[in-house]
Amino acid sequence: MSVPTVEMQGVGFHYPDGHRALDGIDLHVHPGERVALLGPNGAGKTTLILHLNGILLPQTGTVEIAGLPVRKANLTEVRRRVGIVFQDPDDQLFMPSVAADVAFGPSNLGLSGAALEARVAAALAAVGADHLGPRTPHHLSFGERRLVAIATVLAMEPEILVLDEPTANLDPAGRRELAEVLDDLDHTMLVVTHDLPFALQSCSRAVVLNRGRIVADGPIRRVLADEELMVANRLELPFGFDRRLLEQ
Amino acid sequence: MAGTHIQALYRQQTGPLHRLMPHVKLATTLLFVLAVVATPRHAFWAFAVHAVVLTALTAAARIRPGFVLRRMLIEIPFLLFAVFLPFVGTGERVEVAGISLSLAGLWAAWSILAKATLGVWASILLAATTQVPHLLEGLDRLRFPRVITAIMGFMVRYLDLVADEWSRMGTALRSRAYRPRSIRRAGALAAAIGALFVRSYERGERVHQAMLSRGFDGTMPSPTGAVATGPQWSAAAAVAGLAAAVAAAGWLIP
Repeated sequence: MSVPTVEMQGVGFHYPDGHRALDGIDLHVHPGERVALLGPNGAGKTTLILHLNGILLPQTGTVEIAGLPVRKANLTEVRRRVGIVFQDPDDQLFMPSVAADVAFGPSNLGLSGAALEARVAAALAAVGADHLGPRTPHHLSFGERRLVAIATVLAMEPEILVLDEPTANLDPAGRRELAEVLDDLDHTMLVVTHDLPFALQSCSRAVVLNRGRIVADGPIRRVLADEELMVANRLELPFGFDRRLLEQ
Repeated sequence: MAGTHIQALYRQQTGPLHRLMPHVKLATTLLFVLAVVATPRHAFWAFAVHAVVLTALTAAARIRPGFVLRRMLIEIPFLLFAVFLPFVGTGERVEVAGISLSLAGLWAAWSILAKATLGVWASILLAATTQVPHLLEGLDRLRFPRVITAIMGFMVRYLDLVADEWSRMGTALRSRAYRPRSIRRAGALAAAIGALFVRSYERGERVHQAMLSRGFDGTMPSPTGAVATGPQWSAAAAVAGLAAAVAAAGWLIP
């Protein structure tokens, strides 16, 4: 078996106010897998992904990214390997122009000149946003900002792409375009979402998190079809969802 | 998108001034303004030459005079101050239309009027032909401290966002029939300002997290972009050189 891209073992974390956000997480994601991370609000999903690139360090247990332990000495390499696309693109896009923003990550990794420009161009092309380079992020549509936010992370050539609520606030066309862009990428992916049809469309495996523990982990169709599990974890398929899609 | 406040000074055009590299324009503007300030106030002809140069540049940039004049309104508070000087000034006095005015005050008022007007005009021309992000790039190229340009960059990026957020909060307040008529009802407004502060602060934290996630280690990347060509620098040097020569001649020619 290959080295897992993500290996979390016994990860626990509680916030200073005593709230226990993660309670003994064991999670393994292998290269090329596409995993949906599901669970109700406050389940610990965001806390979990902030552990993947060392924004938060585990209070108990260990996290390894492609064999490299997440600890202070390795943070730059870990952050290159793990690309997190945050929920609000306005948090991610802070430079005055799109191209400068996409260049921010790779230039932190030491790239410059023609190599940097090539990275920026390739990342923008991967999300179909070649033409947006000189624009100001504030003047883009929300869907465009979401795609550019993904490009800012792709430019670092990560081993795993982590998306936090990628479909939030997108219009239906924007949501479809996002799905098409993600389909064309061959990265290992971890998608945090409440949008279950989108999770089904873009992922093959689902991990359900509740109260800081992993309560289910398996093929996404089987997880979504398990009504008892779904109800217990406040997961619901939207009205009008065609359940035949869950048949293998 | 509701807010584009920060870009309000920029005029979309194609012209030689728009094509000029931002750091060249910034350096030229600075030198021009310094020359204007150094011009002696008694050399009326020198100010006329400065004005002719600006008129030519404004025409070359295809900026309409009306736009420049409207933007010049920002100068008014300074001019109001200048208007008082002839009345309150001391020393030798002259009679103008039956009113006794201070000669020194008149000179000071003229000096403020002429120099401020030319300086503001030059700045308006710079802002009208250069987008804000490019201005920041220009400052970077001129070796302005990176910390300062980075802070200015954040302000440019997030000012509109915070302004939009504020206007949405205002709309939400009014939608619940909030119409502050007395000071007692101003509490809600204070709470809204407080909430906006907390939200902006939290956004700052999230932006910082997102930056760390992309390998930010405390130093902003150095600027990239095209370098200015020889002819661009020559043209800019000609403008700045002329202004400096005029200022010098003002001192030499009585």
